[in-house]
Amino acid sequence: MTAVPLTTKKDWTSDQEVRWCPGCGDYSILTAVQLLMPEIERRREDTVFISGIGCAARFPYYMNTYGMHSIHGRSPAIATGLAMARPDLDVWVVGGDGDMLSIGGNHLIHALRRNVNLTILLFNNQIYGLTKGQYSPTSEVGKVTKSTPMGSLDYPFNPISLALGAEATFVARTHDMDRGHMQEVFRRAHAHKGAALVEVYQNCNVFNDGAFGALTKRDSRDAMLIDLKHGEPVRFGVEQERGVIITDNGAEIVNVADVGEDKIHVHDENADRGVAFALSRLAKDRVSPTPMGVFSAIDRQEYGDAASAQLAAAQEANGPGDLNALLHSLPTWDVS
Amino acid sequence: MTDTADRTDEIREVERIIIRFAGDSGDGMQLTGDRFTSASALFGNDLATLPEFPAEIRAPAGTLAGVSAFQVHISDHDITTPGDAPNVLVAMNPAALKAELDTIEPGATVIINTDAFEDRNLAKAGYDANPLEDGTLDGYTKIEAPMTSLTKEVCKDIGVKPRDAERSKNFFALGLVSWLYSRPEEPTMIWIREKFKGRDLVIAANEAAYRAGNAFGETAELSASRLAVRPAKLPGGTYTNINGNTALSWGLIAASQQVGLPLFLGSYPITPASDILHELSKHKKFGVRTFQAEDEIAAVGSALGASYGGHIGITTTSGPGIALKGETLGLAVSLELPLIVIDIQRGGPSTGLPTKTEAADLMMAMYGRHGEAPMPIVAPSSPSDCFDVAIEAVRIAVQYRTPVMILSDGYLANGTEPWRLPSVDDLPGLSVEFASQTNGVDDEGREVFWPYVRNDDMARPWAIPGTDGLMHRIGGIEKQDGTGNINYAPDNHEFMVRLRDERIRKIAETIPPLEIKGDADADTLILGWGSTWGAITSAVGRMRAAGDKVAQVHLTHLHPFAPNLGEILGQFENVIVPEMNLGQLTNLLRAEFLVDAQVISKVSGQPFTAGELVARIQEATR
Ligand code: SF4
Repeated sequence: MTAVPLTTKKDWTSDQEVRWCPGCGDYSILTAVQLLMPEIERRREDTVFISGIGCAARFPYYMNTYGMHSIHGRSPAIATGLAMARPDLDVWVVGGDGDMLSIGGNHLIHALRRNVNLTILLFNNQIYGLTKGQYSPTSEVGKVTKSTPMGSLDYPFNPISLALGAEATFVARTHDMDRGHMQEVFRRAHAHKGAALVEVYQNCNVFNDGAFGALTKRDSRDAMLIDLKHGEPVRFGVEQERGVIITDNGAEIVNVADVGEDKIHVHDENADRGVAFALSRLAKDRVSPTPMGVFSAIDRQEYGDAASAQLAAAQEANGPGDLNALLHSLPTWDVS
Repeated sequence: MTDTADRTDEIREVERIIIRFAGDSGDGMQLTGDRFTSASALFGNDLATLPEFPAEIRAPAGTLAGVSAFQVHISDHDITTPGDAPNVLVAMNPAALKAELDTIEPGATVIINTDAFEDRNLAKAGYDANPLEDGTLDGYTKIEAPMTSLTKEVCKDIGVKPRDAERSKNFFALGLVSWLYSRPEEPTMIWIREKFKGRDLVIAANEAAYRAGNAFGETAELSASRLAVRPAKLPGGTYTNINGNTALSWGLIAASQQVGLPLFLGSYPITPASDILHELSKHKKFGVRTFQAEDEIAAVGSALGASYGGHIGITTTSGPGIALKGETLGLAVSLELPLIVIDIQRGGPSTGLPTKTEAADLMMAMYGRHGEAPMPIVAPSSPSDCFDVAIEAVRIAVQYRTPVMILSDGYLANGTEPWRLPSVDDLPGLSVEFASQTNGVDDEGREVFWPYVRNDDMARPWAIPGTDGLMHRIGGIEKQDGTGNINYAPDNHEFMVRLRDERIRKIAETIPPLEIKGDADADTLILGWGSTWGAITSAVGRMRAAGDKVAQVHLTHLHPFAPNLGEILGQFENVIVPEMNLGQLTNLLRAEFLVDAQVISKVSGQPFTAGELVARIQEATR
């Protein structure tokens, strides 16, 4: 591989004017990614951002890398083909909750279970932005929007539970108000070999303002965000006074003083996914303490590698393809 | 005189025989037909086949719905169709007899497995009385053989259980038919030993059944029915018997080798296209990546992603799949990336007739995307032509950076014919160059790469990720030519729509002119496309032999048309277009050339026969 030159954020920024609404959470995610890229030691030439349709899907235009702004929902499928054909590339997928969980839900779950080497950033703002404010597959029940004047009837997806259920090997969550946290989670997701899904709580200040405000405002974070750290007890609160225990009924929030420190669950990203699933179910709404960070990170063979290995094995066993031999591979006869 | 010569005296020589093997889906008729065909091919006959199977994997045994048939036409001269009415029907059960009797010629030979004609089977086939006894077969040459019981009998000695032995009865039928029509035994024996390697009892049972069928012919004194078809005088070379889907797969591999780019196939299983996925997945040593996607949309999406990465992206499907892929094909048109889209057409709409043929997707290929989204279309005319057309499709795709649609159909996909193998050295040379240089200067004077700057072919540069300094973004939003920047301006869209149309029309510059076959000075032109070529060629041949003047032109390129098509159409008073749809090419010709073309339609799920085409052409020109 060509040596990676030193770069700065500016090198990763394209010449296109950014066109999100002023105040949109997408800006801070873009900045976090552009600041992170110089640190991850990949060349811009070898980096590709693929997106579908939606506000979030504009992302590739703003990155000075290779990029494709494709069609609604299909980015995981297109990225799968690219990542399989070109395992040398660093392929990122960016999209919103409508793009990836509604119209493209099928492609997302299959990319996850196959473990294609993709870093997938799912901007979850719980609303359709680009089509001006209809409810999305992550909107809460009863949401009043233009298409649901009497409230939405749909029960929402929990993206983390969905990804775990789809056999994803890396599942994490972060939010647009904490650049440091985003960068750390994105760095981990990128370093993961296989499909990495990061749900990013993102504020749509035009159509769903403050959806995550109770959680992500600077002064509520200590009490409301449960930072998952591998190998450490799951504790939170201004005084770290609260914690999570795992029982037969799932994950539960307790006062550490009530149960004793040694009862608090110690987070293990590599463990049985049942616990990760339980953690993903901890917050029932957007005003309850919510886990952030890496829920699960396990090793499983990456799809493109496995496909390449089959090609190599076939060539090793039979030599490279010989077209003339192929044409003569069925019974033949000669006519003089 | 040798013994062989003695026996040849008893055998009547004929120019051709058309045999139809029919039985229950579980009777192994496709395999029997296939083996008979292979032996005939190796013997040197020209041939054409038509396999026909029910859509259900196992329809209820013994019913009409479960009948599976295989027709083969063997000949001592060049032929182009699997034949009109069969001269011989092999009926393994009453349902097969009932389903097929109408299709065979009057007085044909009917070879019957009498063991299957018992009350229960007769009832399932809807016979009130036994057709072997009630005069149904009067006028036919009837050859009755208790195939099941004789097969069980010979298998008993080698220790095969009766239930297992019964499965070998198709080899009895094959042995008998091979004896009747003088087919060599050796290729079948070799095949049995290879196919069932390690299963000695199965090998023994199949061999014994085949020989028992052979012996039955001798001992039942059927010599009067024996016929032989001499090898055909075909052009010199090495031949193989090939079906369309295999030829298409090999053509793609050949094109990949010629152009020096790896293949990536994204596909979702669908009849009758799945065999291309199966075939290509066997050839990983050629660097072929195959991906069985979660759906049709992901299949084409992954192929487009691979094309973006510098592979030859391919997606294979049938009509329903093309309908699902439409949006992604529009994206491919907008991105101007090479992509091969293969539609093995079948009867529609909706699920339609999955195992039956039709060619009614031409309009969908032309217009089945929103907006003005032109895409080149090519169609093979015979099973072996699929090889050449695959290479031509790749040529157009890489030279002009465009998705290309190949319209094959179920008849070509599964039908076989002898193919004179091309020399690898004679294959068309293909080449492509990826972009490696910047080609523009931005507002600040920096050298940049613009993805929509065009060459003389109006093709944009193919700059693959990983290339130094050429980072760029492409997408489905309307863009400005040259820079590729998003541009919604009215004039720009008008310009781009016209440009995309023009650049596809420009492909005509590299399409070879059409040749008129037959009588160039005739009043009537028979113009075809796709798999109707065989029947049209045969029909035109018959008409000319009978003294009629008629000309024939066959289209491989359906969009754009060959450059001299308009001129040719102007030379004829009658333009007749046989099509397996209600007139889709006919309508395109009328719209484009203002010519009074008339369609001869057939939409029964069956290909045209030459005989019916002759009659319908005569009717149309009367
Ligand atoms: S509509 Fe919402 S998500 Fe879209 S750009 Fe505006 S603020 Fe951001």
